[in-house]
Amino acid sequence: MDLHLLAEAPTDAERLAVDAVLGEPESARDGGRHRTAAEAHIAYGGASARARRRELLPALHALQDAVGWISRGGLNYVCRRLTIPPAEAYGVATFYHLLATDEPAAAVAYVCDDIACRGRGAEHLAAGLEDALGPAGTGPGATWKPSPCLGRCEAAPAAYVHVAGDPPMRRSLAPVEARAVLDALERLPVDVSPAASAPQVEAGAADLRLLRRVGRVDPASLESYRRHGGYAALAWAAELGPEQVIAELESSRLMGRGGAAFPTGVKWRAVAEAADGPRYVICNADESEPGTFKDRLLMERDPFAVVEAMTIAGLAVGAEQGYLYVRGEYPQAEEILAGAIDQARAAGLLGEVALDGGFEFDIEIRRGAGAYICGEETALFNSIEGYRGEPRQKPPFPTEAGLFGRPTLVNNVETLSNVLDIVLEGGSAYAGLGTEASTGTKLFCLSGDVSTPGVYEFAFGVTLGEVLDAAGGVQGDLAAVLVGGAAGSFVGPDRLDVPLTFEGARAAGISLGSGVVMPFNTGTDFADITRRIAEFFRDESCGQCVPCRVGAVRQEEALERLTGGGSAEAEISLIDDIARAMRDASICGLGQTASGAIQSAIALGLLNGRPS
Amino acid sequence: MWLGIDVGSDIALANAVGREILAQGLEDRDFIDRATSGFDAYAEWVDRFTLDYAETITGVPADAIRQFAFEYATAPTAQLCWTLGITEHHNATDNVLALINLALLTGHVGRWGSGLVPIRGQNNVQGGGDMGALPNKLPGFQDVEDDDVRGKFEASWGAGIPTPAGWHLSLMFEAMERGDLRALYVIGENPAQAEADVTRARRLLGELDLLVVQDIFLTRTARMADIVFPAAAAWAETEGTVTNSERRVQRVRRALIPPGEARDDIAILSDLAARMGHNWGSPTAEELWDELRSLSPIHAGMSYRRLEEHRGLQWPCLDEQDPGSPFLHGRLWADDPADRGRPAPFSPVEYVPPVDELTDEFPIRLTTGRRLDSYNTGVQSGGYTSPKRHRESLDLDPDDADRLGVADGDRVRVVSRRGAVEAPVRVVGGLRPGLAFMTFHFPDQVDVNTLTIDAWDPKSGTAEFKATAIRVEKVG
Repeated sequence: MDLHLLAEAPTDAERLAVDAVLGEPESARDGGRHRTAAEAHIAYGGASARARRRELLPALHALQDAVGWISRGGLNYVCRRLTIPPAEAYGVATFYHLLATDEPAAAVAYVCDDIACRGRGAEHLAAGLEDALGPAGTGPGATWKPSPCLGRCEAAPAAYVHVAGDPPMRRSLAPVEARAVLDALERLPVDVSPAASAPQVEAGAADLRLLRRVGRVDPASLESYRRHGGYAALAWAAELGPEQVIAELESSRLMGRGGAAFPTGVKWRAVAEAADGPRYVICNADESEPGTFKDRLLMERDPFAVVEAMTIAGLAVGAEQGYLYVRGEYPQAEEILAGAIDQARAAGLLGEVALDGGFEFDIEIRRGAGAYICGEETALFNSIEGYRGEPRQKPPFPTEAGLFGRPTLVNNVETLSNVLDIVLEGGSAYAGLGTEASTGTKLFCLSGDVSTPGVYEFAFGVTLGEVLDAAGGVQGDLAAVLVGGAAGSFVGPDRLDVPLTFEGARAAGISLGSGVVMPFNTGTDFADITRRIAEFFRDESCGQCVPCRVGAVRQEEALERLTGGGSAEAEISLIDDIARAMRDASICGLGQTASGAIQSAIALGLLNGRPS
Repeated sequence: MWLGIDVGSDIALANAVGREILAQGLEDRDFIDRATSGFDAYAEWVDRFTLDYAETITGVPADAIRQFAFEYATAPTAQLCWTLGITEHHNATDNVLALINLALLTGHVGRWGSGLVPIRGQNNVQGGGDMGALPNKLPGFQDVEDDDVRGKFEASWGAGIPTPAGWHLSLMFEAMERGDLRALYVIGENPAQAEADVTRARRLLGELDLLVVQDIFLTRTARMADIVFPAAAAWAETEGTVTNSERRVQRVRRALIPPGEARDDIAILSDLAARMGHNWGSPTAEELWDELRSLSPIHAGMSYRRLEEHRGLQWPCLDEQDPGSPFLHGRLWADDPADRGRPAPFSPVEYVPPVDELTDEFPIRLTTGRRLDSYNTGVQSGGYTSPKRHRESLDLDPDDADRLGVADGDRVRVVSRRGAVEAPVRVVGGLRPGLAFMTFHFPDQVDVNTLTIDAWDPKSGTAEFKATAIRVEKVG
């Protein structure tokens, strides 16, 4: 064993990139090139330096964007600037798929090989890139790597291209062919893919609510948003006051759309009434559940609605700072949101908000760096704070001790989008939509073997079969529908009458999750699909708790043996055992849901035709 | 906020901070009036310690001192913690008094979260004091020159206790020099390598009529001894207690049988007593602890059972219902003057620079200390390897290295007014021009304490290890 601090110094480009985020260093002690007379006798550290820990991930992004990796010299420099031990910062850098620490990756195409893109061109795309660039992850120049779901499922196959430099180039491309990816890697112009599609909008449906403005409003224009009724909700909320806004939310009985279906009003009230400020509002836009792309659609096509809803949340719970955590694979959504935030701030709708007495609220965008687990709210806190994105033990719950240990409201993009109508028309009117226990409308992400994939909006109460019919029906003969994403479960063709409500799903033993509805026809290789799901969870497990870290590996191995012709009885019983341990003992939802899809596939007899 | 003061200028800084707190009107007037004495004299005394004067002495920019004064005075709670950088000076006690003045000025004492905290360098330094291993104190910090106290111990022990107070370490070496001290029994110390001006220390140890050493290792001092008692390691091979920096007494349990002929300190001392004609029997650690509890009021409530139940208790703990004391001096905040007791005195202290002056001949200030993975003279840490340990070096600021024409790894001769050693140079970023650093972990390689000065504080007996004047000469 030989532990030593590494002496590598940053390059000029690395310094510039980091300084652009963190500001110029004040002294040599702070990483500057020259010593100042004062620094021998005065320095600032301790609490003020530790408070800058939150700038770690943005600084690492800056290095990745500028030079294509987190070199030792670059890492050393960031650590000196932020007073972080290099080993700790290395632990953070290696946590994320999109940060390279071993060698420069100046131009990388991340190619989705996940369940929706599989069998829909992903293999062909990968082969084309392999021909041109060599095997995945190799070579000093441009390279490609397989990737989990990129959230472009409706337009498979998909790739996310990152080219380092000044400025960096980041593009999500779908559907895309190898030629276009290769062009993008060389910064040649490629047709930027269209934003996520909403077939109902394109068909001129009249009764849409969350999708009301999609396709009609100009996402780059505050003026256009206002013309379509934008910011009426914030003005009205300011007039109502925090207490009444929360009361409306409570009477709306809105449930969170991120997967856990927690009553939103209860959350808002808990944060508003929490004793110790400052309070924070976080919009969870780390949409990473395989098969999910609804939040991307809202962000790309109606971004001001997200910003307005967050501002209402800030007003209602008494928060002055909001964070919008967007997954790193969504560059277009990030860019569009950044534009919306800038315009809102310039118009006095963020920052010092000059409405009804005035209040302060601002939003900072945080970019994820490729980690499914960061969609878990407490992992997301750690990620923003500059730590590895590992979930925390609950309690304490975020409403009491969340981001920076303070009361924090975390809502998913879709959940927040519902707030606008609730404020404008009142909670009880909203509650008249949908069913008694599932109020309002829900966005469903249709992809897979379906005729017209895209995001669909329905009032709660619609059945699985009706949703599939609305999307033009299944291509081929239906074998099973994956509901809820990789963390959800397969449903057989005999149960298309399941109502897609929270209570209906619960009664059927499934979960709506993030609203994924992915039908597979009888030509599907389910062994391959479930192995990809098992691989996904093994790869995305943060490794913090044993049941998930070990269980996800053992599950994948058992599934490998089962689908390879091993003893069905032994392997299925082992998978059930592992599933129970992961469900009972994992810290967070990742481990708790990592077996659902596989167990349901086994139960439906989708693997090797063996019913359990 | 880090204030990099020049070595030995602590009092100038503290007095200037006190003056600045007064200038900004941030002192706690109520606390001062109710619980302290000597404030007016203090205020008058520190008046000449202006920010500019302090900047000249300490090197710290005046603005930074002003900011620190504000932050300290206005913090809801604040602690002044220190280690040997404050106490290994010829004016160690004055350094501490200067800090106490600040706590009294702001009321940052006697309250939860505030206070004055000497951080101990070992798990049981505090426990040594608790047990009376001080020349003027009996166990429980009871004054050996107090007749009532002494009477209590004498009655319990059935033996007389000599007065007046004994010698501390520095006085012992002076007594050896005079020939008044002829025999020394050393338990768990390595003065032949740890003392300042160690050449003199070794000469004096060598001239004793009798040197007895009791230690877990055959140290350099033990190798000089007439008699060596191999001892058991207190943290793993014996039963007992330790007291940590926050006065928390904790149980220590035996996990290992000591190797070879090594024995528990209690057994060695009891057998020695028996040979001298006093039968102490074979007391257990708990029996001795209960005897201490019967004699030391601050430990009285700490039975082994309670120590285990509470996972340690902080003294004073006066009886078996007492939950212990998370902080001291709370009396100063009592409403009733009778409960408040004697006011805490301000102690105006003068700034006096280190004894070993910087001159053209000896222009660089050497300060010594420890590194993370080594301990003192290496007796306890030299026996295991560490991936981070490197051999002894003279750590120099890059500017000094340039000026001296030496590079990383070059061997140099380090010369003080008392001696010289050779060591390789390490150019490091954490120092400043004119300040050099060495450890004392590897005395067998580089005998750093041949450089240090044995000028010591008359009130505490501690030598000025932290401030040596040196020059650096290239070798070869």
